[in-house]
Amino acid sequence: MAKIVATTGNSAMAYAMKQINPDVCAAYPITPSTQVMEEFSKYVADGVVNTNLVTVESEHSAMSACIGAAAAGGRVLTATSANGMALMWEMLYIAAGMRLPIVMALVNRALSAPINIHCDHSDSFGARDSGWIQLYSENAQEAYDNLIQAVRISEHPDVRLPVMVCQDGFIISHSIERMEYLEDDEVRKFIGDYKPMYALLDIDKPVTLGSLDLQDYYIEHKRQEAEAMKLATPVITAVAKDFEKMTGRAYGLFETYHLDDAEVGIVAVNSAAGTIKEIIDQYRRKGIKVGLLKPRLYRPFPTEAYVKALGHLKAITVLDRVDSFGAMAGPLMLEVRAALYDLPKRPVTIGKIYGLGGRDLEESHCQYVIDELVQIAASGKYRELCEYITVRE
Amino acid sequence: MFKLKNWKEVPIGGAVDQPGSAMENKTGSWRVERPVWNSEKCIHCLRCWVYCPDMSVNTLDGKITGINYDYCKGCGICAQVCPEKVKAITMQPEQ
Repeated sequence: MAKIVATTGNSAMAYAMKQINPDVCAAYPITPSTQVMEEFSKYVADGVVNTNLVTVESEHSAMSACIGAAAAGGRVLTATSANGMALMWEMLYIAAGMRLPIVMALVNRALSAPINIHCDHSDSFGARDSGWIQLYSENAQEAYDNLIQAVRISEHPDVRLPVMVCQDGFIISHSIERMEYLEDDEVRKFIGDYKPMYALLDIDKPVTLGSLDLQDYYIEHKRQEAEAMKLATPVITAVAKDFEKMTGRAYGLFETYHLDDAEVGIVAVNSAAGTIKEIIDQYRRKGIKVGLLKPRLYRPFPTEAYVKALGHLKAITVLDRVDSFGAMAGPLMLEVRAALYDLPKRPVTIGKIYGLGGRDLEESHCQYVIDELVQIAASGKYRELCEYITVRE
Repeated sequence: MFKLKNWKEVPIGGAVDQPGSAMENKTGSWRVERPVWNSEKCIHCLRCWVYCPDMSVNTLDGKITGINYDYCKGCGICAQVCPEKVKAITMQPEQ
């Protein structure tokens, strides 16, 4: 039986971690994800989980300890944000390259400088090429649900890759909303027992992990990693189907909102989608056919599915809460635009950089985006390929 | 040389799941000079066996029996540490 609660995104993630009950959790708390570890450490202190909580001296050590524990054969979770994940950088690639199923609760926050503790996506989008699967969450419910599903995805024999579950710092992590918790035993049954593929502590099957891998094998192992990312997409879909059977809450590769009959569309991840849906309702009432695609996945990037969902549109604006300084546009925009390139009649696709450092995406910003889309759809021309919004000009 | 495997054949993530698999890689081919052991001069002090950075000095019941050329890379340490008055190992160029 589901339990209905009013809680924050951080508490929801901590509660999911409690229910997952990992063997090891190594972390170095950082704003805005601090509360995840604060609450999880209470569960450890109260003895409601069996987790070995490793308190380390930095995030680099946190991810290193997670890697060691996962290599030993344990189920491992951690939580971090922004500069914390940046300090893990070297180890992120090692976790993925060693094919260790580690799950990270990532509370999205801007990277310094200037120093800022509020939301943007420069942390996770920066880790795009690290080999981690990335699941994005609009609200606390999705953050909770994604974290539970992440365990299954990560540990699947076809995948064996680490997964980060992203939610927006403060906007979601510290806001209280209504959501539903599963029972502990439902979660335990859903994730099942962990069977490591190679475990250093399995003395009957001795293995060497992390050995030198030069010109004659490195690329073979990277080819395997690429394949695992490819195979992750159907696994993510299958896990979501099972999750829906248990909860009634449907997840896929993305969520659409009034997209099927839309002429113009917006693409945006995480909490911004909530605001955009509200404004779409306004425009729909005026008879303007606008829709939304909210990616759940950025890595792997399910190109075909996105093209199928967006290909019929006349114009698209992709919102990036991160800048790739000096690039043509934001990273999500570039990838969506490239994905649509092979269509015989492709939508005009532009990008906006918004909300850096926690700047709110307000009603007027969404209206500006939609009004412009309507103009582009009519004329087939755009003014600027990518511009900053939510900024004082 | 042993056959290099394709990406579908090797364990994921660079795991080495067969203990002692380095045996398959016969690194003796790297050698430029080979140690030649003279059984008549050898006093079986085992200094070469102790110092060999590989495991390329063969022994049986505490006595040297020869050099394992499958893995000896010809570093010459064995010849160097062989006592001055014995010099049972000499380095000779590989042909």
